[in-house]
Amino acid sequence: MKDFSNLISAIEITNKTNAKIEALVAYFKTAPDKDKLWLIALFTGKRPSRPVKSTLMKEWCMEITQLPEWLFLESYSTVGDLGETLALLLPNPENQIEKPLHIWIEELIHLKNKTDLEKKEYVLHAWNGLNAQDRLIFNKLIGGSFRIGVSKKTLVNALSKLSGIDGNQMMHSIIGNWTPENITFEALLNGEHINYDNSKPYPFCLAYALEKELNDLGDEDEWQVEYKWDGIRGQIIKRKDEVFIWSRGEELVTQQFPEIVAAVSQFKDDFVIDGEILAIKDTAVLLFNDLQKRLNRKNVTKKLLEEVPVGLYIYDILELNGKDLRAHAMEDRRNELEQLFLQNSSKMLQLSEVIDFKNWNELDELRNKARAFNSEGLMLKKKSSDYHVGRKKGDWWKWKVDPLTIDVVMIYAQKGSGRRSSKYTDYTFAVKKEDKLVTVAKAYSGLTDKEITEISRWVNKNAIEKFGPVRTVKPELVFEIAFEGIALSNRHKSGVALRFPRMKRWRKDKTVKDIDTIESVKALI
Amino acid sequence: MKLVKFTKKGIYCIPGKFYLDPWYPVDYAIISHAHADHARWGNKHYLCHHHSKAVLQHRIGKDISIESLGYKESKTINEVKVSFYPAGHIIGSAQIRLEYKGYIVVFSGDYKTQPDFLTTPFEPVKCHEFITESTFGLPVYKWKEETELQEELQNWVYQNQQNNRTSVFFGYSLGKAQRLLKLLEGVDDIFVHSAIHNLNEAIVSSGILLPKSTLITNDFKKDAIQNKIVILPPALLGSKLLKRIPNAATAICSGWMHIRGNRRWKGVDAGFAVSDHADWDGLLSAVKATEAEKVYVTHGSQAVFSKYLNEIGIEAHELKTEFGEDELAQKEEQKQETI
Repeated sequence: MKDFSNLISAIEITNKTNAKIEALVAYFKTAPDKDKLWLIALFTGKRPSRPVKSTLMKEWCMEITQLPEWLFLESYSTVGDLGETLALLLPNPENQIEKPLHIWIEELIHLKNKTDLEKKEYVLHAWNGLNAQDRLIFNKLIGGSFRIGVSKKTLVNALSKLSGIDGNQMMHSIIGNWTPENITFEALLNGEHINYDNSKPYPFCLAYALEKELNDLGDEDEWQVEYKWDGIRGQIIKRKDEVFIWSRGEELVTQQFPEIVAAVSQFKDDFVIDGEILAIKDTAVLLFNDLQKRLNRKNVTKKLLEEVPVGLYIYDILELNGKDLRAHAMEDRRNELEQLFLQNSSKMLQLSEVIDFKNWNELDELRNKARAFNSEGLMLKKKSSDYHVGRKKGDWWKWKVDPLTIDVVMIYAQKGSGRRSSKYTDYTFAVKKEDKLVTVAKAYSGLTDKEITEISRWVNKNAIEKFGPVRTVKPELVFEIAFEGIALSNRHKSGVALRFPRMKRWRKDKTVKDIDTIESVKALI
Repeated sequence: MKLVKFTKKGIYCIPGKFYLDPWYPVDYAIISHAHADHARWGNKHYLCHHHSKAVLQHRIGKDISIESLGYKESKTINEVKVSFYPAGHIIGSAQIRLEYKGYIVVFSGDYKTQPDFLTTPFEPVKCHEFITESTFGLPVYKWKEETELQEELQNWVYQNQQNNRTSVFFGYSLGKAQRLLKLLEGVDDIFVHSAIHNLNEAIVSSGILLPKSTLITNDFKKDAIQNKIVILPPALLGSKLLKRIPNAATAICSGWMHIRGNRRWKGVDAGFAVSDHADWDGLLSAVKATEAEKVYVTHGSQAVFSKYLNEIGIEAHELKTEFGEDELAQKEEQKQETI
């Protein structure tokens, strides 16, 4: 496992994607085939399920080290990663175990059905045979994210560089249906498994945020304008009587949306369409908060289906009866879509509305009204554009409504995880409610590293408590936070929930006296 | 007996009428070591170890009133016997032992229990009260042995050379830089920044031998440096000088690099846990070896470490000091950058 462990070290230290790719390529050139397959599986969400509970691992570590639990937790909060905390706390190994990656993983798969006692014996033996660096890898193989910034795209780029095979095809290959047990590395790279695979998705076509004046886009006639929706972007595949739903995160989410599967199955034709999965009740689109109740559930109950019904707003068609339409102009694809769905539209499947406009200057008003019916703004797509892979500038633009902003004061700070574990990066903010403060949001993005360092230092000096992961701080630092939407919510003490809150600016010029009140926040609803 | 008290200006010895590492100007300051957060400006008189003297004069001023002692030599001030014991932190670093009418207090300053190749190794001193630092006072901190570190650093340099890259290490000018020189001695030519070079000269003038290094000047020749070793103060991360170094591979050397998140935060090519402070086991063994009845825990993880000491039956108290201020150290480094 030394080579794998060195690879992880090389990847984690650098924030340059090219350096990560180089390291991966070097590994792929020398590692055993089975190890390579497992590496790809690990980084594409195909990892085996966790054989040992993390609470047990924590317990065993405390038993070995004889540390009190509070000290274990204090260590955990500093390190920001359980697998790493265990690796660092355990005493130096007395033996040396060296096995290839795939053997470790196969052993861990078998461990799944063993008794807790057998698991303990195995894990303790491994811990005592690995140094801190390898121990961390071992703990991560049991479970938990590696957090080294290797996306599927990075992996695909490395594999393409290695093999010379087109990246798009490679993406299909690695997210397709395979397991390290039923394929060879070569067959995986060559995509021998994907022709038989009805579920094969296409990479999504993505849009950039609008960065020019509308007038500079050219003729209004050349553009199709639609509303932008805030749900789950999905690719719905119907091929040979099977239906698959892929999310933009390249996950199969078919089971989560049975009503869409049912609606799509009614069709005679085979197709691949791109759309937004939304919570829709009585023709009105609900907030993302509502849709969230439907996500990542093992079972979708009847009650939930009634409470939060979902539907699909269809944007585009990528394939019709086996024919790839992605290189066709968007207006032609739209024609196909209309022929297919206009006649057969149902509550579940609706075409995304094309906005009728004559002049660019009509759009700004439409955009700003979009929030009223839970749309995020507008999408501008060039009628001649093909459905390209990923993000490409110039053809598709998103033009969101301007975010809402309020001024808030920081009252809690928490250390981040992974790269951010040394700093206080996650903050909880409050606004005024009469003479008290009431929390309205948590946010962790939008500041520069330099600002975070400065704030961390401030938190260290101004923390009211000394233990535990969350520090209560003097209400002194004022931030302007931006968010996409606001709704009443019983879940939050303040009675409001913000959508996508993030820090827009650290307002060093303001004091706690200048922050918003809960009344002024509620007025935004 | 109350031999010392903790005041706004710093740790004060009541009968001796002097301060230990004061952070505001006083009449008589006894200095544990020459780092900026322990040895500050403006005191009327300084007492330190022989090997800190030249550095203090270099940092604070040639004309300060200063005297020095060797390890285990003593000087009596107002009936208090003052002596220095090796702290193993940096060259010239000392624990300060105070004895008055048979009652002994030891102030550790900063210390490292693990021997390196340069500093006089740490020696525990039995006492009634022990004032200890706690920079790395969490059980996750466990340092590698010096020989293992040496191998790791040297291998990194050799690997860089194979890839045609210049190895650039970042470490504090005083202490870390000299330790790195020793760890990398004989591998290849070593170039150092002027801040480090000037301190090296001060250290050499007090009679200590350091491995050979060359001052990196503003008009350095790229060819001469390519594939070699460069040591710079941390303030020069992201500096113009760094950008001019050909094919630089960068590494930070600090105890904080022990944690993955810290290594990744800095955007360098490597992070090595080379620490001049004691790790968790080091702190614990040092405290136990003093057999002190009462322990005061200063800068670092004082809350955690003192709580733990109390739990294992050692009376410990937290002490708020102004040691270990990163800001001060950084300002100091930045000041040097302009030299």
